[in-house]
Amino acid sequence: MKRTIPLFISAVTGFVLIGTAFIPQFVDWGNDAMAWFNLLAAFAFILGGGNLLKMQLQKISAQQPGWGYAAVTLIAFFITLYVGLAKVGVNPSVKFPEFAWSGEFQEEGSAFWWLFEYIFYPLSATMFALLAFYISSAAFRAFRAKNTEATILLLIAVIVLLGRTYAGVWLTGWLPNEPIIGSSGITYSDFHLPHLSQIIMDDFTTPGMRAITIGIALGVASTSLKVLLGVDRSYLGSDQEA
Amino acid sequence: MHLWKNVVIRRLMIPLTWFITSSVSLAIAAEPPAPPTQFRAEDVPGDAGTAIDLFWTLSPDDEEDTKPRKVLRYVIYRKTVDGDKKVPSLNPGTKMIVEEENKFEIIGEPTYRVNKFRDSNCEAGVPYMYRIEAVGQEGLTSTPVELKEPVIASLQWFNLQRSWFAVFVFLICGSVILFIEMARKGTIFKVRKIAGLEAINDAVGRATEMGRSCLFVPGIQDINDIQTVAGITILAQVAETTADYRATLEVPTSRSLVMTTARDTVEAAYLAAGRPDEYNEDDIYYITDEQFGYVASVTGKMVRDKPAACFYMGAFYAESLILAETGNSVGAIQVAGTAMPTQLPFFVAACDFTLIGEEFFAASAYLSGEPQQLGSLKGQDFGKVIGGILLLAGCIIMTLSSFESAFESGEKSQVESDPTFLQSAQTYLKENILGKGGF
Repeated sequence: MKRTIPLFISAVTGFVLIGTAFIPQFVDWGNDAMAWFNLLAAFAFILGGGNLLKMQLQKISAQQPGWGYAAVTLIAFFITLYVGLAKVGVNPSVKFPEFAWSGEFQEEGSAFWWLFEYIFYPLSATMFALLAFYISSAAFRAFRAKNTEATILLLIAVIVLLGRTYAGVWLTGWLPNEPIIGSSGITYSDFHLPHLSQIIMDDFTTPGMRAITIGIALGVASTSLKVLLGVDRSYLGSDQEA
Repeated sequence: MHLWKNVVIRRLMIPLTWFITSSVSLAIAAEPPAPPTQFRAEDVPGDAGTAIDLFWTLSPDDEEDTKPRKVLRYVIYRKTVDGDKKVPSLNPGTKMIVEEENKFEIIGEPTYRVNKFRDSNCEAGVPYMYRIEAVGQEGLTSTPVELKEPVIASLQWFNLQRSWFAVFVFLICGSVILFIEMARKGTIFKVRKIAGLEAINDAVGRATEMGRSCLFVPGIQDINDIQTVAGITILAQVAETTADYRATLEVPTSRSLVMTTARDTVEAAYLAAGRPDEYNEDDIYYITDEQFGYVASVTGKMVRDKPAACFYMGAFYAESLILAETGNSVGAIQVAGTAMPTQLPFFVAACDFTLIGEEFFAASAYLSGEPQQLGSLKGQDFGKVIGGILLLAGCIIMTLSSFESAFESGEKSQVESDPTFLQSAQTYLKENILGKGGF
């Protein structure tokens, strides 16, 4: 039963959602199904929050490596929760001026807004900025000319990299728009790095990406069917308890 | 004399000219614009009767280069037409047909040079009357233009615009089901080796030998994303292997529902491997929904614990490279799988093995080795055959058609003629199969 009922629910919901693509009448049912999912996700959020607290408290009590971070997490968690629930620094709304807490908890100038604006966003941006360094280190490793394929990859990467920056224009912008051999139609300017870069992107990268996308679409269809028909039930767990 | 002329020009002529031109321009701006013409409405095909499309020919005053513009926008009004209403007080027992004089209400104000509007707030079966006006400078409006007769949005039971899509879905899904059934009846299918999946056993074995943990990251999307579902099905196989090898498996998740699903899955895998006592639900935990908060926690964990094997299976965005590079820096064997085309290059560059697109979705079937699941892979292959044939046919038709057009333009340049078979095929391909024409 532990697997049968979820399987039945997922099969019915899945087929309704497939139906929304072809049967206009199903669109509302599909929206309802998604609303139910959002409801479930909201309740599961409480579960997630509880688990977070439990894990961090365990780390602190056992003084595991990095338990200080767990303490910071807990303090940040409770401060944010309090500031959000108590609506610290929120002005009353125009509709209900007599109630101090009637304003929006995210309104500009409130403590919650301040936490987001001056702590959360800068920290997220810092993590995102690390990507620049990681791209450099990954590119350095990926583009080492170890064999023929890697050398071709390196050459193409250099063309695309230069062609997509102003360096490409600066390096090859002087090439004249004159035919190379008689009236063959090929001109020197065809070898502008931005032009070569565009050719690589349009004629080689795009078809490759499309082939991958077709494969992904077929994979999605096949996996969805396996799930809906109950051929693959591994995500549902077991009927027995461990 | 010269000075006198200058004075006349400056003091009299310039203000006079300014007065005349401004008066003329004011006189022009003060006129209401001409109304739009050929106002018509069409029920949107293939919907649940909730939308009506409106089209019109632009007002003659709605010109592209005129400044100031004589038409600033169009205002569209709508009213319901209730043609069958009982009025009991006048003639008791009889039914009187009256036209309900509902008021027109504004439903949209498309800007100048726009000649269509979709009213998406209709009710199926209700007759609507529409009116349009062009609005010019100073709020002056043109004569209103009304439809000749009311229009009704009708409910369609099947979206015929997607009929070709339905055919392909039917063919592909049908083939998947057919091959699954064939596998159930004993047909054996051969599947090529996928290096990335073969490496999972080696990676878990290495982790066991080194006494370190395995880390499984199921992406940052929720369980309603098919990539997360595919990732969880792979987790089932990885968990069975770790249970077999008695290695530690950690699964940090960024969604609560993924955590609960992953717990059930791993628990079942440990049970199937005959080691239910080894299962520890605290190894599968929730961190945060926030993308970079999640990344900070997982990378911190990697740096502190130095897992010997990292698996990234699911939907990833910018965090893919941060995770994979951190894993690489701690010397872990890394296997990644995703269906996000933009993130694949990052995983290819930073991981030891990457499951690209369809390989990622095939992983569960491949690892389980169950004949039914392998049958679904053959269904996928059949889909590829259909896709390949269509691509080839499309390329041939388009190429031949372009040759034919080039040849015809050389032969008879200006003569209008009926489209040839190839041109018709090309149009049908674009508009009916790839577009919204349907059957």
